[in-house]
Amino acid sequence: MLTLEQTLTWFPACRVEDVPENGGVCVKYRDEQIALFHFTRRNEWYATQNECPHRQQMALSRGMIGSQDNEPKVACPFHKKTFSLRSGECLSGDEYVLKTYPVKVEGGLVYIGVSTD
Amino acid sequence: MKIVIIGNGMVGYKFCEKLLAKQHQHPLELIVFGEEMRPAYDRVHLSEYFAGKTADELTLAPATWYAEKGIRLHLGDPVQTIDRAHKTVHCFSGITESYDYLIMATGSSAFVPPIPGVEKQGVFIYRTIEDLEMMAAYARHVKKGAVIGGGLLGLEAAKAMLDLGIADTQVIEFAPRLMPRQIDEAGSHTLRTKLEALGLHIRTNTNTTAILGDDHITGMQFADDSTIDVDMLVISAGIKPRDEVAKLCGLETGHRGGIVVNDHLQTNDPSIFAIGECALHKGMIYGLVAPGYEMADVVATNLTGGAKSFTGYDMSTKLKLIGVDVASFGEPFVSPKDGRSIVWEDTLKGVYKRINISNDGKQLLGGILVGDAEQYNMLLQTCKNKVILPPNPEDIILGERGGSGDAGAGVTSLPDEALICSCEGISKKMICDAVSEQGHETVDAIKKCTKAGTGCGGCVPMLKDLVTHTLKAQGKYVRNVLCEHFQYSRQELFDLVKIHDLKSYDAALDKLGNGDGCEVCKPAIASIIASLWNEMILQRGNATAQDSNDRFLANIQKGGTYSVVPRIPGGEITPEKLIVIGQVAQKYHLYTKITGGQRIDLFGAHVSDLPAIWEALIAAGFESGHAYGKALRTVKSCVGSTWCRFGLHDSVSFAIRIEERYRGLRAPHKLKSAVSGCIRECAEAQSKDFGIIATEKGWNLYVCGNGGSKPQHALLLATDLDSETCIRYIDRFLMFYIKTADPLTRTATWLNKMEGGISYLKNVVVHDSLGIAEQLEAEMQVLVDNYKCEWKEVVDNPELRKRFNHFVNAPEEKDPTVQFEPMRSQKRATEWK
Repeated sequence: MLTLEQTLTWFPACRVEDVPENGGVCVKYRDEQIALFHFTRRNEWYATQNECPHRQQMALSRGMIGSQDNEPKVACPFHKKTFSLRSGECLSGDEYVLKTYPVKVEGGLVYIGVSTD
Repeated sequence: MKIVIIGNGMVGYKFCEKLLAKQHQHPLELIVFGEEMRPAYDRVHLSEYFAGKTADELTLAPATWYAEKGIRLHLGDPVQTIDRAHKTVHCFSGITESYDYLIMATGSSAFVPPIPGVEKQGVFIYRTIEDLEMMAAYARHVKKGAVIGGGLLGLEAAKAMLDLGIADTQVIEFAPRLMPRQIDEAGSHTLRTKLEALGLHIRTNTNTTAILGDDHITGMQFADDSTIDVDMLVISAGIKPRDEVAKLCGLETGHRGGIVVNDHLQTNDPSIFAIGECALHKGMIYGLVAPGYEMADVVATNLTGGAKSFTGYDMSTKLKLIGVDVASFGEPFVSPKDGRSIVWEDTLKGVYKRINISNDGKQLLGGILVGDAEQYNMLLQTCKNKVILPPNPEDIILGERGGSGDAGAGVTSLPDEALICSCEGISKKMICDAVSEQGHETVDAIKKCTKAGTGCGGCVPMLKDLVTHTLKAQGKYVRNVLCEHFQYSRQELFDLVKIHDLKSYDAALDKLGNGDGCEVCKPAIASIIASLWNEMILQRGNATAQDSNDRFLANIQKGGTYSVVPRIPGGEITPEKLIVIGQVAQKYHLYTKITGGQRIDLFGAHVSDLPAIWEALIAAGFESGHAYGKALRTVKSCVGSTWCRFGLHDSVSFAIRIEERYRGLRAPHKLKSAVSGCIRECAEAQSKDFGIIATEKGWNLYVCGNGGSKPQHALLLATDLDSETCIRYIDRFLMFYIKTADPLTRTATWLNKMEGGISYLKNVVVHDSLGIAEQLEAEMQVLVDNYKCEWKEVVDNPELRKRFNHFVNAPEEKDPTVQFEPMRSQKRATEWK
């Protein structure tokens, strides 16, 4: 964990109230697009790449979130491919894996951790 | 074992297929000689060739099939002589081939009566694809057509003439009535009336004495010396077995034609068999395909070590002749000493039904159906399997009156051995086993696995019922739950959400579900909430429970941009509004296209531009078109009586009224409607979830149609309604659908699954059999009264507007990955990978 902390940069993405409850928004970080989700029901935050790997569409932040056997997930609005918000793995039978990012909330601000190598 | 088959028609082909499907002790060598240039094709559906089917589509199996199976197929090469002493055949091209067994499947040719002048140009027979091609080539300049023969084949030929565009066609029949062999006089009369209403001229009791004209036909003369002008004639007066090669080699033939066979279909030469229309079995020629297939099976069985006899065949048949159902089964005619008849006739709709019942009233002996043969399969099975009739036998053709549901228990009452597909000889048990033991759970899978329903196709509706019943019996559909988060069906949830007065998805999940929800239950519950209360769908935390399109009130398209569809009720729009749409499209660089529902779609809008686009549209008087929602889309209209010289009523005004009444109504699936101002039906109302067609006296209301991948015509719910009653019926119909359908089920599928079908729906909506009509109307009125344009609410609400940005931390920036390419002076989305 120590090494992980060292290579992470936490950047402030938005305020808590900017993200709809049980929904997502898209955050711009340099040239990256990150989907940020506030899973209010579980009091959890998740962040993944915004691009759905199936058809390379920048859309996951507009997807519906939910759970499958308690695993938190997001469904892409285009073709309803679903991905684990924890591991980024595709739950609907494809090989894709999403990049995921750590999230923390401090003083009403939401921070996303990005590696700085 | 070397087998030579003479003839590559439907029965000859079926023999090859059946033989190969059986177990063999000895290697098989199969050689087929066919006279025609094409491999065997579906002659039963020949008339569909003019209706647009290609020769390839009619082909039963391509030439490659024969090659793959190791069959040597010689086409365009008829066998000319058989040398029975040396067991060889000699054919047209000069090949001589030996055989161990010889199968005659030579079929039949058209019977041409010896009328002077039959050799003239423009006189055709109706038998092969070549005949059809020649007819089509000749028909181009033909104005007046005629068909000799008012039987089954003659009426098929008349249909072909109509399909060729010869509207002025006469049918000439020697007998006093049409189809004298299959149906009785009253049924024949009903058929004649219906065909005449379709524009056919019919002459019965008419004997043609001469075909007039020099080298080509110009007219016909009859026994009473009257004449008519005719440019083209098709003779389709019966068949003549092809037995000339058989005769030549000394096989026994009947004096009116046909190769004589015993119960094994064996001729007087034990190595030679005859099957299909060339075979004469106990004095009978079987001119239908099903007995031909049965004969093929008998011979194939006996040649592979089995034992089977041909003991005659039921001649029951169901046809659609020029759009009119005609069926006869069992004993269509019965003498008073053998039984009694129940006859029902509706001269208004042109329906005639007759059933013959044993004198003790217990068994169905046979019958005739004209104009409506939907019950044919059930009646045929009831007859064949000697199922005991209900106490009021008329229920089996009229349904139980004064109650709900169908008479009898349908397919469940049939015994296991009931033959469902007579073409392929497949029993009820075989089909049920394929479902329950082999897991084939769709009609297509059943067709593939058992071949049932692949012949004439008449049994397909029963296959569907059997699949459903078998699955139900296994308990497969018993728990129809929404998903892992809700252990209820949509219908149950609808009632529960209402009873508990739940207005948000989260409240419903807390009260009725478990877990955190998913992309299945979220939009389903959100839709129920919208259908119940009709509140703004993006409030009370419901925005993130909506499907993506509903969440952004626009349709997401390739590349992540959205399309915008303003409502244009009834398709009526002022020039001023058209200009505004054009200006908005120019300003925001949108691709414009007219939709199928008479409105205009603007594509390529960035999510962050949507509120501004709508602000401009709303300022010009537009409202949301709900193209993004499972909701009422459009009510299409023809121009109607205000301009059209045929229009009976003002269809545009009524369409606008309907569209404005139900705009924003959310339902289990999208809803489309249309209003046509007359029977020409330019608005295509019969392809809609609810369609309205003007009549002299009011409106006819059709329901549960759709286009899409499985097109289905809407069914008539009520006739000659005044506008107010029409709207009340639509209120009831829509509310009943919204309350009871499964998620994402269109009205057509909903009706298909409904027990009792359209008659049940009619009872609920028109006759108020459940006593809920008033409640349904009241519930609809609440929704109508609560309607607000949701885009106007967004435009006016800064908090809601904020949600329409691509980047939460850079609201002024657009998604840089969105790309367009130019196309035909507009733009398109860049293709995805």
